[in-house]
Amino acid sequence: MVWEWFRWLAETKGINLTIFYDEWDRGRFFSGVWTTIHLSTICIILSILIGILGAWLQKSRFRIVRNLVQAYIQFFRNTPPLVQIYFFYFAVDALLSDYMGVSGGILGSYGWAVISLSFFAGAFNAEIFRAGIEAVPESTIESAESLGYTNAQIYRYVTLPLAFRVCLPALNGNLINLVKSTTIAYAIAVPETLYVSNQIWSDELNVTEMMYVMWLTYLLLVGALVWVMHRWEKSIRVPGFGRR
Amino acid sequence: MENTRTPWKSYLATTQTDLPVMKPFQLVPAKPVGEVFLDILSQRRFCLCLLAVLLAWISVDAAIAQSSGGSRPSALETILRWTPLIFFGPSGEVGGFLLNILVSFMAMAIGTFLGLWLGVGQISLIGPVRKTSWLVTQIFRNSPWLVLLFFFMLLLPYEVEILGQRYEVPGWVKATFALSLPVMANVSEIVRGAITSLPTGQWESAESLAFSRRQTIWSIILPQCIKRMLPPWMNWYCILTMSTPLISILGVNDSMALTQNVMAAEDRSEILIPLYLWLMSWFFLYSYPIAVLTRRLERRFAVKQ
Repeated sequence: MVWEWFRWLAETKGINLTIFYDEWDRGRFFSGVWTTIHLSTICIILSILIGILGAWLQKSRFRIVRNLVQAYIQFFRNTPPLVQIYFFYFAVDALLSDYMGVSGGILGSYGWAVISLSFFAGAFNAEIFRAGIEAVPESTIESAESLGYTNAQIYRYVTLPLAFRVCLPALNGNLINLVKSTTIAYAIAVPETLYVSNQIWSDELNVTEMMYVMWLTYLLLVGALVWVMHRWEKSIRVPGFGRR
Repeated sequence: MENTRTPWKSYLATTQTDLPVMKPFQLVPAKPVGEVFLDILSQRRFCLCLLAVLLAWISVDAAIAQSSGGSRPSALETILRWTPLIFFGPSGEVGGFLLNILVSFMAMAIGTFLGLWLGVGQISLIGPVRKTSWLVTQIFRNSPWLVLLFFFMLLLPYEVEILGQRYEVPGWVKATFALSLPVMANVSEIVRGAITSLPTGQWESAESLAFSRRQTIWSIILPQCIKRMLPPWMNWYCILTMSTPLISILGVNDSMALTQNVMAAEDRSEILIPLYLWLMSWFFLYSYPIAVLTRRLERRFAVKQ
């Protein structure tokens, strides 16, 4: 078995990669990687929804709504994400559970990590989407109108496809940053890759090996996302526009 | 004419492409963010709301303190009492919010210095140098900051020996080094992007004037790049400053760690929200003006190109 080769490596060379030959460590490491993956996925989806909603509300007729959205965006962009996640997990959770009379908190650390990270990335997404929609010129929309498109059709077939292609590079950058930011959930004990790696190296005293494994894992995860997004970006870019 | 235009309109005018398919994509809002912020502040209704909330909080806070028989100070008093500690750190030590700023300055300086070389390395004519620079840039750009912090905090030695003398390496120095690496990678990308965005004519005319490659890069290309690099560079400074509280996870006494100590010492749930908001407001007041300035510069430099 391949796993046995790693046991041999630990015994003869002293490179102790317990996650390969020890079933318990392997189980918790891969469940940690899985947690990182689904935490990232949920946050990406929620942050995009928040971004769309934010971009839409920034066009609101009511000044107070526009100002509130601006305040939300500027607040989440200019305060540290770590303090935000602590704020949600310790302060907001305590306040809400006091208010609702629930003991022991209303959401677990995972739930608050999702909320905090989604709001953090959503603030950037809202700006990105707004800039994308504004990049579609009036004349293009007017030409669509003159061709007999209804407002909904213009939005569906002209504005959104163009806006999406324009903001994709910036969106990708932000989403990749979001995946990297999921490590912050370590601070509130969400069992993601960094957290379980820390547990494993504390139990097995193989700090150096686990460090490299963890770093490599993140590089592979983020690298795969970067590669896929870059391919996608290239395949749907608008010709004759953007960087030379 | 040029001067009477608002910078915003001339920005639009100068960045139009040959193909009028789309307007330029810009992350800067139509109105300077600073003005939006001032708009909000100048609205009497908003100020009254804010004032009302503050007054209500202070009076409820005082009432709670009264009802407890005056044995406990109000939340406001508690927060004000701990503010000097969280801001300046424990006496005789580097710590608190000032440490966050110090770490951000130093990490930015180191990261910029290394990143400049790495970025120039990325356009080197020597294959191995170019490929190594690219690889190093990609590795540090795609690693989470917290992972890098763990890596260097736990694997760097805790003391060094120089000329037979043992010196202890403080945790925040290692943290500064760890934080400077992602900055280095991103500065490297900024430099590479700026150099490749310059017109090829600049290289060709330098060549025709018999400049060597080194002279071209240092005295023709890079000086022109500074203008393009400054806004993203400042943006990264903001991101770095927002990441400095991460060092509290690794046991450095920055403002976040001290805030948590204060919360543990006080053990009162009613100070949690005001204290966190208080701490966040410092970061906001530090970073927001830089963000506004960055957008202004972005627009101004876009005009002159």
